[in-house]
Amino acid sequence: MSATETPHGRHIPDRLDRPLRSAVFSWEALLIAVAISIFAVNSFASPYFLDAWSLSDLTFNFTEKALIALAMALLIISGEIDLSVAAIIALASTMMGMAVQFGVGTSGLVAIGIGVGLACGAFNGLLVTRLGLPSIVVTIGTMSLFRGVAFIILGDQAYKGYPESFAFFGQGYVWWVVSFELVLFLGAAVIYYVILHRTSFGRRVFAIGNNPVAAQFSGVRVERIKFILFCLTGLMSGIAAVLITSRLGSTRPSIAQGYELEVITMVVLGGVSILGGAGSIPGVVLAALIMGLVTFGLGLLNVPGIVMSIFIGLLLILVIALPIVWRRLMKERPA
Amino acid sequence: MLADPHPARIVRDPPREGEGKTPLLTLSGISKSFPGVRALHDVALSLYPGQVTALIGENGAGKSTLVKILTGIYQPDAGEINVAGAAVNLPTAHAAFERGITAIHQETVLFDELSVAENIFLGHAPKTRFGTIDWGTMRSQAREVLDAMGAAHIDPDTRLKDLGIANKHLVAVGRAMSIDARIVIMDEPTAALSAKEIEELFLLIEFLKGDGKAVLFISHKFDEIYRIADRYTVFRDGEMVGEGLLKDTSQGDIVKLMVGRSVDHIFPQREAHIGAPVLKISGLSHPTEFDDIGFELRKGEILGFYGLVGAGRSEVMQAIAGITRTSRGSITLEGEAIAPRSAADSIEKGIVYVPEERGKQGVVIGMPIFQNVSLPSLKRTSKSGLLRLAEEFALARKYTERLDLRAASLSQDVGTLSGGNQQKVVIAKWLATAPKVIILDEPTKGIDIGSKAAVHGFMAELVAQGLSVIMVSSELPEILGMSDRVVVMREGRIVAVHENKGLDAETLVRTAAGIVAQ
Repeated sequence: MSATETPHGRHIPDRLDRPLRSAVFSWEALLIAVAISIFAVNSFASPYFLDAWSLSDLTFNFTEKALIALAMALLIISGEIDLSVAAIIALASTMMGMAVQFGVGTSGLVAIGIGVGLACGAFNGLLVTRLGLPSIVVTIGTMSLFRGVAFIILGDQAYKGYPESFAFFGQGYVWWVVSFELVLFLGAAVIYYVILHRTSFGRRVFAIGNNPVAAQFSGVRVERIKFILFCLTGLMSGIAAVLITSRLGSTRPSIAQGYELEVITMVVLGGVSILGGAGSIPGVVLAALIMGLVTFGLGLLNVPGIVMSIFIGLLLILVIALPIVWRRLMKERPA
Repeated sequence: MLADPHPARIVRDPPREGEGKTPLLTLSGISKSFPGVRALHDVALSLYPGQVTALIGENGAGKSTLVKILTGIYQPDAGEINVAGAAVNLPTAHAAFERGITAIHQETVLFDELSVAENIFLGHAPKTRFGTIDWGTMRSQAREVLDAMGAAHIDPDTRLKDLGIANKHLVAVGRAMSIDARIVIMDEPTAALSAKEIEELFLLIEFLKGDGKAVLFISHKFDEIYRIADRYTVFRDGEMVGEGLLKDTSQGDIVKLMVGRSVDHIFPQREAHIGAPVLKISGLSHPTEFDDIGFELRKGEILGFYGLVGAGRSEVMQAIAGITRTSRGSITLEGEAIAPRSAADSIEKGIVYVPEERGKQGVVIGMPIFQNVSLPSLKRTSKSGLLRLAEEFALARKYTERLDLRAASLSQDVGTLSGGNQQKVVIAKWLATAPKVIILDEPTKGIDIGSKAAVHGFMAELVAQGLSVIMVSSELPEILGMSDRVVVMREGRIVAVHENKGLDAETLVRTAAGIVAQ
């Protein structure tokens, strides 16, 4: 459109040329650099690291959690959170284990796992949107509730005896070293990228996270969208439950204990603002890769699991504090 | 607003015999500006011991800014504050408190979860010799303070949240008494009170007067002002335009001072082509905010809504826009009865509401200009749910350029714009939905004169194209300069509908304030 067509005001360009600097200093670029350095450190630290099958094993460290992180990213961008995801996995896995005792086949088990996840997500969503409760409180409650139900059903028992064909989801390979889990994650990442960055739904999610009142005044159905996001997070937790149960071949009520923290760490490390309103799917995918590299590298070095959880805790504090401290430093500097 | 090139003569009565007391507090040459807005310019105010001074002025005249300066929340850019003859600085709320200045607000700022005694003595509670609070003494002193005020019915041990607003005011006054405050500011204290409670408050004010306190009383209600106040000070557009004794001044004179001559802005000349009714509201009611609202909006018309703050204008508009629910009544748009249950519904039907609170309800800070503009129109700019950026940019450009937006690019964060330009984005956003009826709530509140002119010019253009506009405004020049008809609301009801032919500001202020024509 030329300036002559606008009799009223001056011409305003769509966008200014984005300086190269801003791309280089983006959070995603930083994550790529971190991923490459950890990769390099790992390959020096262990002779077993640079091997196709090692690298394939590495992906199992993050794909299940990262699937949930994709949906969690949208939920956190909208200003909500779901702490019950690991408990949803436990309940969904327990229900699948129960179904096995009644002779349900593989496709039935998958349907049950995903269905329970979706139902749990919808339950969280209803409590938050219908009763107007803060999601952090609701999902701390359902975290205990869902896992509590799993404990009541299972006690200190374990469900085993999953059909052989069920093992494919968590143990199968699509081609050579490329696992089904990895393919599923990459596919889901593309879908979530499109949803968040290329659809009007995703745009509304950002608007809600930045200013829910203005979004509502602008005709965004805030409650409906939040409900959908809780359902999606539940759905992804159900899918993760199918994968983990299939990989382990058994269900205990303590399954996936502490996963919610790792999922949230991934999302925040990926550059999603814990206050809502900002973030990207590529960032979350990179953060998932970094978490996988770090935990796998520490595993190769025989670092015990408890040290890893200390590491995850420190990382979570660091990635939340870093942007805040950074901004404060920039503010104090004379212009 | 532009400075009046010929400031109105300041009406100032000389102190009479027997009233030659020295003022307890004097302000002189006080000025305060905010980016783009001049809130106060060279104002003066005197408060006398044992007298109630009423501070009178339209919305936006600078009354609240003055209260905030007096209570140490804002710092004046220039001017002097004298308390009992000595120049003072009030850098913090605590400093004002120590000088004996205390304020009682419309919604009291006390602590709901604490007891009455704790509220009265918070910050200066009697201590035991171990440095802990001496509860017994505190309770008995609270009892004394309350009894002295004639508030014997309040138990010092009651939690504050269990008291009604009138009794909370009493506690606030008790607090003022306990710190030996000499200057008491009451900022619209009667707004939420019943008639009986107002009477009790007036008794209390009489008590404060008798005790030699200087009281500043802010109210929109003339009957209350004449009932309780001795003196008046009138503010207009951030300037002090008159002061004196109420017993020598008629209501009409004060209204004249409030309104003044409005020569600050040239409004666009336009010829109204008014057609058939587009929107018809009848019997619209809300349990608490408004009652039995009925009016018609015609094609190509600007319908002004005037009233005091709290008259229920915004609430009515938000109900029409589907944001709040109504208890009964009907909304008819082009002959079709509608019952919007959300803003999304009403936008779809063609009614949009541009809210008053730009920062909270209007713009989405953190998102670029074009995404702000396209937000309510995403259905049209996207195709089967997928965004089409080219369409969004085109839509945003069309409306922002018509409003003469000043921005470096459409991808700029809307938070980096000035208030006036943010308002243009907000108006562009709702216009881009191609509505039939647009409701503008205080469309030029707090924006600079250039942006104001752009908004007014644009409104004239809109109605020329056959759109219908409802404009809620508390600015009389704007109401008189832009409206075809003016609806006046008071206390949740429509009290008058005027054709804007030979209509004068005084008539509007009288109807809005409920003053019977003399």
